[in-house]
Amino acid sequence: MVFSAVQPKPNTEIDRLLKQELTVALVGNPNSGKTSLFNALTGLNYKVSNFPGTTVEKKTGTTKLSSDITAQIIDLPGTYSLYPKSADELVTYELLRNKSETNFPDLVLFIADASNLKRNLLLLTQVADLGVPVILALNMVDLAERKGIFYDEKVLSEALNIPVLSINARKRIGVKEIKEKLLDEHVRNRVKYFSLDFLDTKFLDEISEFTDKRNHYAALQYAINAAHLISTKSKQIREIFERHQFDARAFQEKEILERYHMIDTAVRMSRKEKPGALARSFTQKADKIVTHRFAGIAIFLGLLFMVFQAIFSWSTVPMEWVEYGFLKSSEWVESTLPAGVLNDLLVHGVLAGLSGVMVFLPQIIILFAFIAILEDVGYMARVGFIMDRIMRPFGMNGKSIVPLISGMACAVPSIMATRSIENKKEKLITILVTPLMSCSARLPVYTLLIAMLIPEDAKWGPFNLHGIILMLMYLLGFAAALFSAFMFKFFIKAERKNFFLMELPSYKLPIVHNLLITLYDKGSAFVWGAGKIIVAVSIILWALASFGPRDNMKRIDEKYLTMATETNQPFTVEELATQKNTEKLQASYAGEFGKFIEPVIKPIGFDWKIGIALLTSLAAREVFVGTMSTIYSVGGDVADLQSIRTKMSNEKDPVTGKPVFSVATVLSLMVFYAFALQCMSTVSVVQTETKSWKWAVIQFVYMTALAYLSSLLVFNLLS
Amino acid sequence: MRLSQLRFGQEAVVEQINDNELSLKLLEMGLLPGEIVALENIAPFGDPIAVRVGEYKMCLRLEDADCVMVKLK
Repeated sequence: MVFSAVQPKPNTEIDRLLKQELTVALVGNPNSGKTSLFNALTGLNYKVSNFPGTTVEKKTGTTKLSSDITAQIIDLPGTYSLYPKSADELVTYELLRNKSETNFPDLVLFIADASNLKRNLLLLTQVADLGVPVILALNMVDLAERKGIFYDEKVLSEALNIPVLSINARKRIGVKEIKEKLLDEHVRNRVKYFSLDFLDTKFLDEISEFTDKRNHYAALQYAINAAHLISTKSKQIREIFERHQFDARAFQEKEILERYHMIDTAVRMSRKEKPGALARSFTQKADKIVTHRFAGIAIFLGLLFMVFQAIFSWSTVPMEWVEYGFLKSSEWVESTLPAGVLNDLLVHGVLAGLSGVMVFLPQIIILFAFIAILEDVGYMARVGFIMDRIMRPFGMNGKSIVPLISGMACAVPSIMATRSIENKKEKLITILVTPLMSCSARLPVYTLLIAMLIPEDAKWGPFNLHGIILMLMYLLGFAAALFSAFMFKFFIKAERKNFFLMELPSYKLPIVHNLLITLYDKGSAFVWGAGKIIVAVSIILWALASFGPRDNMKRIDEKYLTMATETNQPFTVEELATQKNTEKLQASYAGEFGKFIEPVIKPIGFDWKIGIALLTSLAAREVFVGTMSTIYSVGGDVADLQSIRTKMSNEKDPVTGKPVFSVATVLSLMVFYAFALQCMSTVSVVQTETKSWKWAVIQFVYMTALAYLSSLLVFNLLS
Repeated sequence: MRLSQLRFGQEAVVEQINDNELSLKLLEMGLLPGEIVALENIAPFGDPIAVRVGEYKMCLRLEDADCVMVKLK
């Protein structure tokens, strides 16, 4: 066949016209305004997913360039260079390197901070050398001008041989021009900045044969990055390096210095300075106070106090709304669906479980609003700077303080917030100890238990004793977190030396638009992340509590059916229903479980009924309160703490006749709840973040052991 | 002298970086030989420090600043 030779060549240009879609990667240094530009370009038309095989968040948005052409914008994590040092940076590097990847961009939109152009351009020249067309968006021009630095876009564009546009991402100035530029075919010329001519071509060919045949620079870069790894390919790469006496480190140093040299020339040509304008900036003046020995710490503690006040006082009303909403929907489902197992499952399993977790959404939103504002303003970097010295002995760094503090609201979003920690070891330690911080779900448990110890209005001097004990519980959690971190420091191997190199960005006013988008992201991550696991756990726990072995349940049903028909029995219908629930729970599989583990929990002062609550708490810790109310037949309103407390206090041990909830048992319970990882949502998020069950299991085991041993100690010291 | 020995507000020129692992990262961040650095802030507990490098401010721990040799301007 003659014609078979004329295969149509794969033509990316035609493909692109056919699909009418451009793929644009948004690349830049951290703090260059990348997120603002992404938000300005795409608005709410974006999806959040993960880069394949990683936990790095991938935001993909679309924007219309013209009536028939759209651009798909991929927001890549901020990085300083293409020699990746963290998971975030690795993603950027992988996407730009691999031309066969489906997401390989048609062009790169590079955003640079004009007030700090030289360092920003280093990455630009590396990206361009991978063979991707680049457009430069010059951001924060106003900031540079205030410093007395002015850039001539045209000269810069000629010097770098790529299109350059001045924008203001925060004020959304220049977005339209960027869209026009993206459409413009002229931008698709490729440039090359760093020449590899000084290297042996034989060596380059050999490396390229191995990794990337199309581009020597991409091939070499891949080889250098892979040479550190442990694989057969890496071994072969090291062999080639050795054979050609190629010193990767020396090469990288030469590369960086030459690039900076070239950038320096381009920047100097296009830049004008207005002398005298280099007065002390606001940032410099503010940092004098913010990082001051006394004032700095006072500001930090003051802000912390304010955040906590806000979390607990502002959230009361919206939390009531959430509870009310769930209550109403439960009632609706209960009365609409025919009575039966499905009805019971939905109301007492799914909805009850969801309600228990979603009630914390207002607190989480408030916490993240503060974190997002402080981050946007530039204060969070200072928090890391201020706290680093304190966190370091515990194997963490200054950035760990944010997840730890957020852990006092909820561990789930806090563990997601560890992504910004570059060093793997420090990140892992932070993840492992964050759930020890006293979260909101422990609060109802502590409140009930403290109330059993002391009268509500007890005072210690001018202070409410309740509040003081509660504060001690928070401190206990914090101390346990630091102690565990200190221990882990010796058991977790470090892959590389811990550096704490971080930019302290200029202070900026927060942008409402960015804040709302962040809150939407975090809120939905929590609802979907925690929600999924909670539904599953709730269904299992519901089944365990609703069904029993043998014919237990049937017997109880029959018993109460006959009791209800008897005319002279002393109970009301409601009281009967409550007692029936109690008996059923005690006869259920959950009850069996309680009895089964009783020999194990006896030494720490718990009986089998508490054992049931330990099991049901796995959905969320505050379920403890609800379970206690069922076990002790508190009818009607679950939130009636007073009556649960009275019933619990009256409970006597059937053998010894002493109260079950002695001071020793109550304190032992409090310590147990402080340390044990009774939260399946946390287990699940740790598994996702560390990409392994190993650390999730280690965490569960160590926290349970810590809880058990501490409770054992407390119980035996006091009884 | 070393970068860690600078006093408040002192300016210096970077001469070389003695730590191999650290030096590439610092070079990437713009801490190049010949670049002017100045000590701008010290954290409340004495460590880390914040230095102006070129046109921006970065922070590093004293032990890392120990590896950076500078010459007073």
